[in-house]
Amino acid sequence: MIEPLDRQLLTAIQQGLAITPRPYTELAEKLALSEQDVVTRISNLKRSGLIKRFGIIVKHRRLGYRANAMVVWDIPDALVDELGQRISQQPFVNLCYQRPRQGEIWPYNLFCMIHGKSREVVEAQLQTLISECGLETFNYEVLFSRRCFKQCGAIYPASQG
Amino acid sequence: MLSDLHKHLLNDYQRDFPCSEQPYREIADDLGVSEQQVLSALTELSEQQFISRVGPVIRPNHIGVSCLVAMAVPPEQLESIAEIVNSYQEVNHNYERENRFNLWFVVIAANQTHLDQVLCDIEQHTGHTAMPLPLIRDYFINLGFELNLHD
Repeated sequence: MIEPLDRQLLTAIQQGLAITPRPYTELAEKLALSEQDVVTRISNLKRSGLIKRFGIIVKHRRLGYRANAMVVWDIPDALVDELGQRISQQPFVNLCYQRPRQGEIWPYNLFCMIHGKSREVVEAQLQTLISECGLETFNYEVLFSRRCFKQCGAIYPASQG
Repeated sequence: MLSDLHKHLLNDYQRDFPCSEQPYREIADDLGVSEQQVLSALTELSEQQFISRVGPVIRPNHIGVSCLVAMAVPPEQLESIAEIVNSYQEVNHNYERENRFNLWFVVIAANQTHLDQVLCDIEQHTGHTAMPLPLIRDYFINLGFELNLHD
């Protein structure tokens, strides 16, 4: 599925690239590759989609985006892919995932995230989302975030086992 | 206070970060500043917690497995339960949300067996059911996040 060398590479860079003129030198040495090889591998991982994006990871809350709503929808199974794609194209939507329903206690199968500077802005964006994507007839709930107890970048384990 | 250079770095390089041996020099050339200015500005953004890192966003469930989990806990116990959940190194994300399911966290593990063990362990320690909501499909094309830094 993934080459061991690429796995090692991703494990090493996932917590962040050094902010120095030659950020790959140390890593290349550790993996017995040239810096150019490391860069080529990263570029291939981006092309294959394993790396969704590579760049600066911002902290939304610190930058004034304090309102964060997870909106969950109960969409008929036959429509979920089409509507998921449509929702994900709205510029203010940050994430859009299909997840399994959990019976009556949690009938929702589509999740999206909206980050905004205020609750009012996010609520207005949600209304735009509903009308733009034709979501008027589906049940949904809005879960604004309150406290953040923990937030760190995804840390994937070094090896399978 | 964010300078123009800070704003450019925040908005222009979430996705189009140069894939090269000397990426900061390329950014400097793009923006018409010195490499040292780019390095200093990024260090400031990092120290002041405006950015968490420069690096990859890895597609979920391709190295190891991850799962979103929700719990419905009595409000007066929320803080102590959140603390128990946070104590697991496999938990990388933990929020209170306005809902009967009021605690939402993400668990990452090397494989499904380990992930199931962590959930089981959390249920035993907290005395509450953990509802796993694994990813079926990701519709989002991750282009980064366009920040309005002008108001």
